[in-house]
Amino acid sequence: MLELYGTQITSRLLLGTARYPSPAVLAAAVKRSQTGIATVSLRRETAGGRNGGTFFEMIRELGVRVLPNTAGCHGVSEAVLTAKMAREVFRTNWIKLEVIGNHDTLQPDVFALVEAARILTDDGFEVFPYTTDDLIVAERLLEAGCKVLMPWCAPIGTAAGPLNLSALRSMRAHFPEVPLVVDAGIGRPSHAATVMELGFDAVLLNTAVAGAGDPVAMAEAFAKAIDAGRQAYGAGMLEPRDMAVPSTPVIGKPVFA
Amino acid sequence: MRLIINGEAQIVEATTLSQLLTALEYEGEWLATAVNGELVHSEERGDHILTDDDRIEILTPMQGG
Repeated sequence: MLELYGTQITSRLLLGTARYPSPAVLAAAVKRSQTGIATVSLRRETAGGRNGGTFFEMIRELGVRVLPNTAGCHGVSEAVLTAKMAREVFRTNWIKLEVIGNHDTLQPDVFALVEAARILTDDGFEVFPYTTDDLIVAERLLEAGCKVLMPWCAPIGTAAGPLNLSALRSMRAHFPEVPLVVDAGIGRPSHAATVMELGFDAVLLNTAVAGAGDPVAMAEAFAKAIDAGRQAYGAGMLEPRDMAVPSTPVIGKPVFA
Repeated sequence: MRLIINGEAQIVEATTLSQLLTALEYEGEWLATAVNGELVHSEERGDHILTDDDRIEILTPMQGG
């Protein structure tokens, strides 16, 4: 079973809660996905906080563990303060740490990310860093105290799927004991299955489910793909080869003149 | 007193952070507050005296990815 910061997790699908057509569809998608972890965020609200409170009460009723994020933060101090405010509201030490470095690509600012991760870890947070597939950055994040890494496989919301399989393979091989969660860039169940077949421990999704024609059905499709990919990784897959190999045994084959 | 509340300048009569939340009709426990870039815990809001031009952030849960 997957263990994240000492918590055992049954489902290897982590689901975002944004961009669904309605709260009812969100709730149904969370249930159908069987996820145990849903990501949430914090924002300014002028309506006396009632909308946010209503939303969070609904998430609590779903019985999932929440993983608050620092989405949209562009610097160390902004991300650290947002994380502290998230801990105050959501009452968890877990934080999905995002420090965005570029508006167009939503690429993480990995230098600020490492610094913020160190500050937050020292303050008792359990940091889930949204990072790239760069191995040295990953090393620095582990040195900063992170016990989980969440590399992108493509920029957020692009649905492009894994763009650099070689880098993802290297990351898995380089950190065999670290829980690795692919966060961002997944568009289709086959993308999720692919990274799970590489040995990644889990997948974090949002737009691919929320933006689907039928988000509830897509949540289930992803859950199945992630399970299939994980099972295939454990079962040991064949490596591709260049020449054909007959699947039917040739011994005993009759020879007709 | 003039405060910057969630990025907007407002004139308010509240003198503590708790009074400000009440005046702005924030309800419930699902919110976090910061003043001038520092978190103010919920139990400290009653004692937190506001001063002119303080920058107040009041954040509540929302959907996130």
